[in-house]
Order: sequence, then C-alpha cells, then structure tokens
Amino acid sequence: MSHAQKRDFEQPASFTFTPESMKEVDAVIAKYPKGYQASAVMPLLWIAQRQHDNWIPEKAMEEIARILDMPKIKVFEVATFYTMYNLAPVGKHHLQFCTTTPCWLRGSGEAVEACEKHLGIKLGETTPDGEFTLTDVECLGACVNAPVVQRNGDEFYEDLTPENVVQLLDDLKAGKKHPHGSQDGARHKSSGVEGATCLHEQAKSAGIKIAGEK
Amino acid sequence: MPKLTIDGMEITVEPGTSILQAAEQLGIEVPRFCYHDKLSVPANCRMCLVEAEKAPKLIASCAMPCADDMNISTKSDRVKAARQGVMEMLLINHPLDCPICDQGGECDLQDQAMAYGYDRSRYEEEKRAVKDKELGPLIKTVMTRCIHCTRCVRFGDEIAGVEEMGVIGRGEHLEIGTYIEQSITSELSGNLIDVCPVGALTSKPYAFTARPWELTKTESIDVLDGVGSNIRIDTRGGAVLRILPRLNEDVNEEWISDKTRFAWDGLKNQRLDRPYIKVNGRHQPATWEEAFTLIAEKIKKADKIGAVSGTLADCEAIIALKDLMDSIGSKQYECRQRVAQFDATVPAGWRFNTTIAGIEQADAILLVGTNPRTEAAIINARIRKTWLANRIKIGVIGPEMDLNYPVKYLGDTPSVLEELAAGKGAFAEVLKNAQNPMVVLGTGMLRRHDGMALQALVRKIAEKYNMVRDDWNGYNMLANSTGVMNGLELGFSGGDIHTILQSDVVYLLGADEMAVSEIGFNSFVIYQGHHGDAGAARADVILPGAAYTEKNATYVNTEGRPQHTRLAVFPPGDAREDWKIIRALSEVMGKTLPYNTLAEVRGRMAQQSPVFEKIGAVIPVEWAAFGKDGKCDPAPFVLPVTDFYQTDPITRASNVMKKCSAAFVQGASDKKAVVNG
Ligand code: SF4
Ligand code: FES
Ligand code: FES
Repeated sequence: MSHAQKRDFEQPASFTFTPESMKEVDAVIAKYPKGYQASAVMPLLWIAQRQHDNWIPEKAMEEIARILDMPKIKVFEVATFYTMYNLAPVGKHHLQFCTTTPCWLRGSGEAVEACEKHLGIKLGETTPDGEFTLTDVECLGACVNAPVVQRNGDEFYEDLTPENVVQLLDDLKAGKKHPHGSQDGARHKSSGVEGATCLHEQAKSAGIKIAGEK
Repeated sequence: MPKLTIDGMEITVEPGTSILQAAEQLGIEVPRFCYHDKLSVPANCRMCLVEAEKAPKLIASCAMPCADDMNISTKSDRVKAARQGVMEMLLINHPLDCPICDQGGECDLQDQAMAYGYDRSRYEEEKRAVKDKELGPLIKTVMTRCIHCTRCVRFGDEIAGVEEMGVIGRGEHLEIGTYIEQSITSELSGNLIDVCPVGALTSKPYAFTARPWELTKTESIDVLDGVGSNIRIDTRGGAVLRILPRLNEDVNEEWISDKTRFAWDGLKNQRLDRPYIKVNGRHQPATWEEAFTLIAEKIKKADKIGAVSGTLADCEAIIALKDLMDSIGSKQYECRQRVAQFDATVPAGWRFNTTIAGIEQADAILLVGTNPRTEAAIINARIRKTWLANRIKIGVIGPEMDLNYPVKYLGDTPSVLEELAAGKGAFAEVLKNAQNPMVVLGTGMLRRHDGMALQALVRKIAEKYNMVRDDWNGYNMLANSTGVMNGLELGFSGGDIHTILQSDVVYLLGADEMAVSEIGFNSFVIYQGHHGDAGAARADVILPGAAYTEKNATYVNTEGRPQHTRLAVFPPGDAREDWKIIRALSEVMGKTLPYNTLAEVRGRMAQQSPVFEKIGAVIPVEWAAFGKDGKCDPAPFVLPVTDFYQTDPITRASNVMKKCSAAFVQGASDKKAVVNG
C-alpha cells in the first residue's frame, strides 16, 4: 500500500516548527535566490520529520507549503516520491531494507526474513510495542557493502547476514551501542574484504596512508 | 529555418518546431499520449518515438526540435517495434474494460492499440488497481485506467491555474491524485475530460448515457456568457446529451467553461412548451391564436408599451421585437435589464475592443469592477495564459477576489480611477511604461447611477495612457451575457427601465434578470421565452420560445463577433423559434413585419448594424467620445456576477449547475471562494 493511501491513524490537528527547527528552516531557505524558495522543500520535509517522531503529518506539509508559498500538492508529490519521508507513524527504529538487485543477490532476502521472523511482523508493518518498523526500499547507494539496511533515515548497517541482523535488532531494542557501517568485521569501510588491493604504488609515492593498512 | 526530411518528404519549418509538429504539417500521423498542443511537453509516454538517421537510439519526436538535414523515419521497423513495445507496457496495467468505459469509441488508447498494438497479451501476472479519486460533481474517475500521461496535471497547472492535481508516489505505486483527496476547484475543470486520452477522467453527468457513434453532432456556439465559445452539441433522439468544445483560436481555443459544458440538463427542466394565459391568477394552457388575440387586444388599448430583452435573447428575435415596437410607435425598449446608465450610442464604449486573442499582445492589464473568472472564464484563461508567458502586470480596482494570476489591488472605489486619470497612483507608472496597456470594465460599474461618468473617466484613462492607437485598442467592456450585446448592436436600447416596467403592457423577451417586483401592479405582462423562471411567473401571457440549441440564430459576443447557433434539436411541444413568434404576432396585430424567411430577417439585421455582414469576424469600430463627465459616487465597486453557476434561466434550471454552486460557491465561501461568492 502506498503512503498516500494509509489512513488508519490519527493526524495531529496542527503543526508548527519549533524555534530550533525554524532556525534550520531559515538557514535552508536563505541558500536559494529569492523566488526560488520552493527548492527548499526537501530539507524542510526532513526537518519536519525529525522534529515530529520520524514522520510528517499532513499539517506539516501544509505548513511547508505555506512557508515556501507553493501549492500543497507539490509538497505532497515530493513527500510521496521519496521513501525517505514517512507520512504515517513509524516505530522507534525504522529499518529500511534495500531489496534492489545487488543487495538481493548478496542475500537481502534472507536478512529480511530473519528480521520478520525475529520480530513477528512483515515488511511494511510495525511491532505492537512500537519499537520496530520494517520497510523495503530501492537502492540506498551503498551496494559495495550489500546487503544494506538504513535506520531512521541516516544510520547505515551493511554486510548483513541473517545472524548479525538479529544481533542488531537485539542491541537496538536493548538500547546498546551498535557499530555503524559494515557488520562484517573484516572490512574497513568500503574497501574490499581482502584489504586494499589497488593503487598501492601511487598512494605510497604520493605519501598517502592507506586506510586499514598497518 | 531548419530543413529536414521526414519519410522521404522535405520540409522547412519555423525554428523550435518539434519533429512531431513538422510531421503533422506533412500530414503524417505520429501516435502520442502525453503530448498536447496547448500544454507543456514532458515527453514521458514514449509513444511518439521516431528514428533519426545516424542517431543510435529512437527519439521522442514531441520533444525533439527539428534541425537541419535530419532524416527522420516514422514508419521504420524499429519504430514499429518500439510503438508495439510502448503499447504493450501501457496495457500491462490498463484494464480491459472498454465495454463498460465511457471513453470507448473515442479513446486514444483504444484507437492506438488498434493501430499499433499487438492483438493479444503476453502478460499473465496480476494487474494493479488504483483507488478512484473524488473530484467533485462534474468529473468521474476510474483511476485504474490512468496511463500517467500527466496531461491533467499540466492542464491544472498551466491553463486552469489551479495547482491541485499531481503525481503521487513513485514507480509501481505512482498515482494521479489531488492533495489528500480534494475536489477540483476550477471553472474550467470539464476540459480535463477532453485532455485525458483514456477513460480515467470522464463526465459524471453524461456517465453511461450514450456511445459516440450514436450521437448526432451539430456545430454551434454557446450563449451562456459573453464569450460565445464554439461548441459541438451531441444529441440523440431529440435530446441534448452533451456539449463539447470546438476549436476556435480567436475565441475559446479548445477550452470551454464548466457552465458551457454542463448546463445542458437545464434544457430539459422547467420548459415552457405551450402558450399559457393567466386566468384568475393561474396559468391556463391556451392556443397560439388565443394568446395572440389577447395580446393584440391589450396592446391596442394600451397607452404605454415597454419591452425588455434578456440575457439569452437572440438577434433575430430582438430585431423583430424592435421593429414591432417601432411600428406601434413606442421607443421604450431596453436590453440592459438593470439600471443601465451607460452610453449605448458608441460601440467602442461597450465592446471588448482588444479582442480575446488580442489579450496576448497586452503587457499591462487594469481590471475595473470585474472578476473575469466568473464573468467570462475563457477570457480569464487568456489573461492567465498571457501572464504565464510574459509575467505581465495586472492591477485590480474592485473587491479582493480569487484570481489565478497575481494581481495588485489598487482600491475599490472610483477615486482610484480619478487618481489614475490624473497620472497619479501606483499603477500609473506601469501603464505609462507599457507598450500595449489594456483596461477591462465590468458591467457591474455600469449599473451604478454614475455609470456615465465612470465610463467617461475610464475613456480618459485609456486615452491618457495611449491605449487607443491605430494598431491597438486597449479599452474594453466585458459583457457578461450575449443577450445584452445583441441588444446593443441592434439598437435595442435607450428606454428607461423604470418607465418600461411601469407600462400598461410589458413585453419580456426572455428577461428574468431585472427586478420583477418593480413591474407595475396593473401592467399586462407578456413573457416570451423557454424557461419558467422569474419573468414567466409574473406573466399574464406566456409565449413558448426556443432555447439556443433549438434554433438557428445569431448571437454577438462581447468582442462584437456575430456567430450562429444551429438547430440541434427541435423546441419542445408547441414552442417555436423566437423571431417567428413575433412575426406571427405582428400579423395578428395588423402590423405585419416585412420578412418571412430567416435570410430576410438577417438582411434586416445587417441594415441595422454592419457587424452582421461578416459572421464569425470582428469588425473594429471607430473610437469616439462616450460617457459624460460628472461626479462619481464614492461607493465601492460591486461585481456583477456573484455565482458563476447560476446566471440565467438555463443554468438556474440545471441540477448539475445547482450542485456545482452548492459545492464550489456556497461550500467554498468559508474555505476561500474559488469562484467569487
Ligand atoms: S488521469 Fe488521464 S490525463 Fe491524467 S495522467 Fe491519467 S491518463 Fe493522463
Ligand atoms: S542495491 Fe542495495 S544499496 Fe544499492
Ligand atoms: S508524445 Fe512524445 S513522449 Fe509522449
């Protein structure tokens, strides 16, 4: 079901940006020439989402339309286009699994299945305790470390396996710190699992230290 | 000028012409869905692919401008295969419900599937379904049929100026919709039905009524406002089933207003289909002879006889009534139904001199006491089009209203005009610096008792700011009905409305808009018209006439453009064409009018005014002084039309128009009126 159709929850009666958010809003709008303020729509939606429990209510879209002097439908179009924006409430941990081809080839299906089993919910659903929401999205742009999951729009966990992803869930639930990035252990950031293998000579002669190399 | 070859034929085109347009000029058909000549080009459907020599890929001809030495093929095997591919993709999610779809028989998708598609489907997976949207009382949606061409979105953004529709979601979930299920608040919304190439958006009032091939099509014109939009009337078995626009670049391009399109159900209701005579306060059916004899008797005995023509009265009837009045020596006739204090003697003073197409040349517009959106939606669309293209400056003297282009409010009293005439005020600079400034007066201001002075004042403004030149006339009055233009052109004016309504005999030719309560208590009232509205209710004798779809008649639009309506269906019952009724009455009165055929009446009209010499054209008129200098009343301007959907006997009898009025005018007054309430 698309965002636009979900209706089984309550919308708040009003929305205003907090003074802190408003500072950010003004800073973003100031980046664009006068008359082109509509370009700020994406950052503003993002600010609204962060302020409002990780989802954007209708009133917030209307407020953004008012601030940017643009038709409401244009804000709505942007908000529904990107999976980054939630137009319905989500759990405390919103996990967006990439299921596009590279991740899928590397086992995103199994990782998702393990989570579904562990949490007892399906993709698109939220656990009754409001802790987790699982969704599937298209490529997150981190295919080198596929498969990938994104938490609450900015933390990435990569190189997922059915095992390490369950560990991730448990840590998140327990409020424990869990490292971002590759869950593989062996890999440094996005370099190959066997370590840095190319451009060694060039790096050395340029005096650049190769990350992950002793 | 690029010179290129398409399918072996050479053509030279204007720079910027797309390949699709060039092909069209050569008479080559290129299939398309998203492209529409009056809208921007998104090139998203890919149906118009053609092959260009040396280009590795096929190109979208709607978006590719012609260049020198291109060698285009629109019929190669690759092109054919691509079209089949696009068709197949579109049909993946398109339902196979043509037998129950109102678009069937006039559907671009159906036609193009016949011409370019496969004859069977290879698709075995499930089709997607999309929830229908609620777009108000006029437009029915079946969104599963939508092929996402976005024509409707672009129509709303560009032509109608209501950015309410949009593309929601993405990929497989993409849908066309409005912001959280709003209805469309545009007086031009019906055009969405025409722009939609499939059956996703269809007419609600016409739903499941007929198939296009069963309909008889009559080319005619609309008379429900002052625009004179060109229309096609579709009928079956003596009933009007729908009204569609007809292309006329000078008038309505290819759009019509919702009133023009949807008021036809009013043609069936409240009809006067036989003569009536009031006996003891009740209307009793009568024969034509009885009615005529009674009228002739009353007129013979009467001292004072007055006549008023209404918003829908046609030229033939008006000239006949005028000749009849003249023959009995009464000059008390008038086409302006309410207190009309403006100069009717100089045509330049009450015409839309710039012409509708001429608006596109304007670079500054001053609107005085008028809301073009409710008075002439199609003219408003031209103003918007001009604003969209050139961002022209538009000033308003009058109350605040919901216009779909930005305007500057200058105040709402005549004092603003006085300042402008003296070269002062914020808008004076704008007008001074403009090449082609224009001013539009609403008829509302001319109902004021200081109309003469206002008219003279605006004339002076026009002259001061160089709006009247050999190559440009920027002075305009916007008539909100064709009836009044017909009367003015034929000289059916000069009477005093108060005197007329107090006469011994009052002849109402479809006049329902004046204050019926002002008619003298002892006056004998004749109502000739087609609807049982205010005038008929007060009448002592009713003569049933024909509506504009039921007669061959002439109507002059606000520009002074005469056009013909054509008989699409016969008038109901005993009703007759209007001029014939007056001609027949004249015989009973012993004052037989000197014409027997339509051609003869039209000859008489041409004698009265040269406008009737060239049907369909505007003959520019001489500029002369009009109006009378005087003091203006400081009272603010009031708009002449308060409810776009309820302006005349036909729209008042239309249930669809009533629903629109309830949904958009009354319902909107608290939200922020769409059409000014
Ligand atoms: S509703 Fe019709 S006009 Fe609008 S996008 Fe769909 S097919 Fe095109
Ligand atoms: S495919 Fe999963 S991140 Fe690119
Ligand atoms: S008509 Fe050219 S892409 Fe749609």
